[in-house]
Amino acid sequence: MPLFHTDEQAMLLDSARPFMVEQAPVAHLRGLRDAKDATGFAPGLWRQFAEMGFCGMLVDEAEGGLGLGAVEAGIVLEEMGRNLTPSPFLATSVGAVTALRGGSATQRGTWLPRIASGEAVAALAIDEGPHHRPARTALRAERAGNGFRLSGTKSFVQHGHVADLLIVAARSGGEPGEEEGITLFAVERGAEGLHATPERLADASLASRIAFEGVTVDADAVIGEVGTGWATLARTLDMVRTGAASELLGVAAGAMAMTIGYLKERKQFGVAIGSFQVLQHRAAHLYAELEVARAATLKAQQLLDAEDEGAERAVMVAKAMAGLAAQLAVQEGVQMHGGIGMTDDYDIGLYMKRHRVLAELFGDADFHADRLARLAGY
Amino acid sequence: MSEDLDTFRAETRDWLEANCPAEMRRPFRSEADVCWGGRHFEFSSAAQKLWLDRMGAKGWTVPDWPRAYGGGGLSAAEAKVLREEMARLGCRPPLNSFGISMLGPALLKYGSEAQKLEHLPPIARGEIRWCQGYSEPNAGSDLASLATRAEDRGDHFLVNGQKVWTSYADQADWIFCLVRTDPSDKHGGISFVLFDMETPGVSTRPILLISGYSPFCETFFDDVSVPKRNLVGELNKGWDVAKYLLGHEREMISGMGLGGGEVSLGAVAVEAFGTEADGRVDAPVLRGRIALFEVRAAAFRAMSEKFMDELKARRVHPAQPSMMKYVGTELNKQRFELAMAAGGSDALEWESERSRGGATARAWLRTKANSIEGGTSEIQLNIVAKRILQLPGA
Repeated sequence: MPLFHTDEQAMLLDSARPFMVEQAPVAHLRGLRDAKDATGFAPGLWRQFAEMGFCGMLVDEAEGGLGLGAVEAGIVLEEMGRNLTPSPFLATSVGAVTALRGGSATQRGTWLPRIASGEAVAALAIDEGPHHRPARTALRAERAGNGFRLSGTKSFVQHGHVADLLIVAARSGGEPGEEEGITLFAVERGAEGLHATPERLADASLASRIAFEGVTVDADAVIGEVGTGWATLARTLDMVRTGAASELLGVAAGAMAMTIGYLKERKQFGVAIGSFQVLQHRAAHLYAELEVARAATLKAQQLLDAEDEGAERAVMVAKAMAGLAAQLAVQEGVQMHGGIGMTDDYDIGLYMKRHRVLAELFGDADFHADRLARLAGY
Repeated sequence: MSEDLDTFRAETRDWLEANCPAEMRRPFRSEADVCWGGRHFEFSSAAQKLWLDRMGAKGWTVPDWPRAYGGGGLSAAEAKVLREEMARLGCRPPLNSFGISMLGPALLKYGSEAQKLEHLPPIARGEIRWCQGYSEPNAGSDLASLATRAEDRGDHFLVNGQKVWTSYADQADWIFCLVRTDPSDKHGGISFVLFDMETPGVSTRPILLISGYSPFCETFFDDVSVPKRNLVGELNKGWDVAKYLLGHEREMISGMGLGGGEVSLGAVAVEAFGTEADGRVDAPVLRGRIALFEVRAAAFRAMSEKFMDELKARRVHPAQPSMMKYVGTELNKQRFELAMAAGGSDALEWESERSRGGATARAWLRTKANSIEGGTSEIQLNIVAKRILQLPGA
């Protein structure tokens, strides 16, 4: 398969791009932020996502979705990144849908049609500390009655306080640091002992710390098999990492477009500052970094869709490279805008904040580079 | 279509298994393993020559050129399958050739039918080795200020002047050369000509580099007679041909960023530093630098694949080779900086057996030319800024 979009994928882009520009431009984020919105996204916009078919794009057609893949999800996510659109799409339509594919017929029947129709929002409760270290999962899952009792805390759970469904990684065996002994649970909103505390992040989004105080769930809340949730978790993480990479590409592309536009219009010493060679070289370098990250991300998504064994490594490369390229894009963006780039009125700073959140989400460049090095034996 | 491709893949795999000598399925160990072909080339082994002859006869040194010009006549998809199957088996490229990577594409676009028939098949079979006469002592990054002049003498041009940085001119059979045919017009007074390096009046002198090698030469033309039929494209319109060819040269040089063949940086570091109890290299800062470099290198491999796919589908911006050249060569320099840091004092040995004759150190020094030759990194960034990002002229 050639490493560029098919005609069908290009058509999806042709509908996603204007949709996001018209319905959820940066002003939409500003509006939510300035109104001190407590939800974290606009439910009306989420319903429009469903009407566009976005919510269930990864759900099989038999279960009410479009049966599309990682490449298509990436197209939508890049446009969200470009417009800084707040949305539970990544956690719900990419993360939870992928996790539930490994679930029972009942779980799929209960949740996938509701996700596809935009009725249900989901969150991924994976991290427990300030950094993404999924193997270190310590939240306990002890057998109780015909089910389990969950005790512990999760952090950085995006949309955790409003989610109808939590995908929870818990430890039913083994020790923190081990991949064995992790079990995934589908936990419904409102379970007794579940306490979510939303915190506003630098980019104005909301992520929760969630306390599990002896939350009891039935055995049928287990996704897949007890103790062997790592494979499903890994597959889910591959999908959301490459999805986050696409969103980072969008953030980078949006920041770069603003910056290039500014270089062409802003005059100093009587000429456009974009005519200065030192700025031209930095802009061209940024363009190159972004193109490289874009190729790496598309490669990872194609490999995921082909269920190729090289996909996992390609995902690590994509998430790390997209994080690095977007970091350069937002830093150069603010610097090249000069003083105006530091003002809250101007949008470039919002791109910098969103990059920081997405870079941390599901592992930063250092995390993924370290994993690649371990896999390569050094 | 995909069924046909599957058949083609199976047949290609069988043919390669049967025809690629085992010695040609190992990574290159040094420059001496590279096959350049040409009238005077000394093959390093019978297998090297056999592999070139077999691939040349099949047209697979240039799989997507038309059969009439010595190519394999393959479609873009088939050529990709061939590359993939060669990579799968670890087959070395049968031929390394400026004729293939630079002159060929230019002749296919700008050459006359007679020129294509005369020059392309010998390039495909590795019989004629070409060099490039572009740079001059005062025309490097500002290439269009070149001064080597070609005077019209009726049936031929009389060429006088000097070129520099002519790669392997001392071993080449023919040269493709930019000459000035109108001194009054900087870009519009340049022509593109071909001639035999054995023509009277041509002389070359190798330039010793910091790596201890002499891949480059100074080349002098003293009343060299070039038949007019060797003019490619129109008189005074050679700059178009030159630019087109430079795009292909940049593509070729950008491939250097892909690495390939050599031992991984991580493995070099493990051998040189040893490991900690958890299996990590006992050099945590260097380990992190290598790991982040490998992320970039892997991402660039994806970029190269995307670039090739888009090139075949004719979806590439004409200035994109500049971006590829810039990234690939800068990465290659970083790779060898890390290789030297990982290898330590072993890598510094200039002539020892342990260091394979200072192979890493010499390669490290050689990579410093990557971001100069074929247009400096700064020139590539200028091109990207102006032609892709459309930033205003200074």
